[in-house]
Amino acid sequence: MECQECHQRPATLHFTQVINGNKTEVHVCEKCAYEKGYMSQNQDSFSLHNLLSGLFNFETYPMSESQTPNYSYSTQQGLKCEKCGLTYQEFTRIGKFGCAECYRTFGEKLNPIFRRVHSGNTRHDGKIPVRTGGNLQIRKQIDDKRQEMQRLIHEENFEEAAKVRDQIRSLQEQINSDISDDRDGDE
Amino acid sequence: MSLERVMNEAISPWMKEEGPDSDIVLSSRVRLARNFEDIPFPILADEEDLTRIIDYFQQEYAQQSFESYQDLELIRMKDLKDVEKRVLVEKHLISPHLSDHANYGGVLISENEQVSIMVNEEDHMRIQLYVPGYQLEKALNEASKLDDWLEENINYAFDEERGYLTSCPTNVGTGLRASVMMHLPALVMTQQMNRLVPAINQLGLVVRGIYGEGSEALGNIFQISNQITLGKSEKDIVEDLKSVVHQLIEHERTARDRIIGQTGVQLEDKIFRSYGVLSNSRIIESKEAAKCLSDLRLGIDLGYIKNVSKTILNELMILTQPGFLQQYAQKSLTPEERDVRRASLIRERLQLEN
Ligand SMILES: [Zn+2]
Ligand SMILES: [Zn+2]
Repeated sequence: MECQECHQRPATLHFTQVINGNKTEVHVCEKCAYEKGYMSQNQDSFSLHNLLSGLFNFETYPMSESQTPNYSYSTQQGLKCEKCGLTYQEFTRIGKFGCAECYRTFGEKLNPIFRRVHSGNTRHDGKIPVRTGGNLQIRKQIDDKRQEMQRLIHEENFEEAAKVRDQIRSLQEQINSDISDDRDGDE
Repeated sequence: MSLERVMNEAISPWMKEEGPDSDIVLSSRVRLARNFEDIPFPILADEEDLTRIIDYFQQEYAQQSFESYQDLELIRMKDLKDVEKRVLVEKHLISPHLSDHANYGGVLISENEQVSIMVNEEDHMRIQLYVPGYQLEKALNEASKLDDWLEENINYAFDEERGYLTSCPTNVGTGLRASVMMHLPALVMTQQMNRLVPAINQLGLVVRGIYGEGSEALGNIFQISNQITLGKSEKDIVEDLKSVVHQLIEHERTARDRIIGQTGVQLEDKIFRSYGVLSNSRIIESKEAAKCLSDLRLGIDLGYIKNVSKTILNELMILTQPGFLQQYAQKSLTPEERDVRRASLIRERLQLEN
């Protein structure tokens, strides 16, 4: 297949672009991908910037039609990160977050973006840091243990199931004592 | 670690070791993106914040060692000449972004150059770890240990729902980019790559050439990496990548066998002609050099050519990039001058082999 931009080199990059809600297949060579802005020069991340702005165009479409952008923006300008000052509007333009707090500020609004970029996913399912992960690591262990216990009960292996139940209890106690530690610290 | 050695030797010490399936997979890499919890990401951080971060790495990690990664050295971008930054990019120790846009950027590099931790790139930290050959799990495990080591002292930006928080939405979650560098000459020769690339893209993976700016992957060297970082565990991301890489290895082997069967002496002729060009030319463009180096490496892997080390492809691909050529010449060179330099460098290097 030849590149749809230069019609000279073979197309080596293939993806779907969404502009104003319309899906288009894009087949381009790497040179054109850079030059026409499909791909960022950042060698590491295959930037989905264009894909993102396509998505955002969809959201902002009614505004450009109304010819009174300032008025239309006003509702969205309410979303501004307290910590770094980045507005949602700016985020959609540059395609980057300014700080960790931006994620919490923009909250649920980010779900469609993450879904598009990460193949439908919006929730983390990987490693958890010890220091800033809170008791998430333990809660995850409890979830896993609960499933294991269910399986053991299903297999009528009650002796093992009881052991797992005790492990769950001691994990829960760990969480409870962490919480009371925190309270002590606050006082 | 001597900065001089990093600048002058094209192949990093770790590349000299041979890994599994190294006839096709040149190297495996894992990169983890991490940020400090309370500091804006580099794009919006002020000078003071960025200086504080880079100074922190100088203080806490420079000259430190972690397991087999000895004597980490912190190199600040502002202390490097343009050509030196270019050399680090060509050795894949830093990204073009760090080289060109990070005024307060730096990189911690281990003695064997297996680990490079970019500081103040798009994220505060980009932990990179390379291993020779096809060893993605090892790369992941080692990078994860380094991550734990840094986390002993650093509060990472992390959210229960979104995972590790990064400046770009394409990295959030695990912050993990796993990749392999593959030499796929037979798949290119038999024109199967055109068909395979879209299929691989469909699976959420990215294929790109490592060298060259056009559509072609110079030297038939491709990088395959994951695109999705959110909603899958690190292990699953690596497993999904592995299943595709595994198939590519099989396809490439089959294609090599088929070419030998079908073309026999023609392939041998092509390989030895390329060897002849590399050993004798006085002017050679990067594109031709890459093509001939790929042929030479294939010739070594198929046993046609003996007494030339396998690392020659990797080494000469890096050594004949513009940055390295100019670092060697100790001056800037016009493209024409580079082609002459490139030819003589390759000749000299090949003479060392015999
Ligand atoms: Zn093109
Ligand atoms: Zn923010």
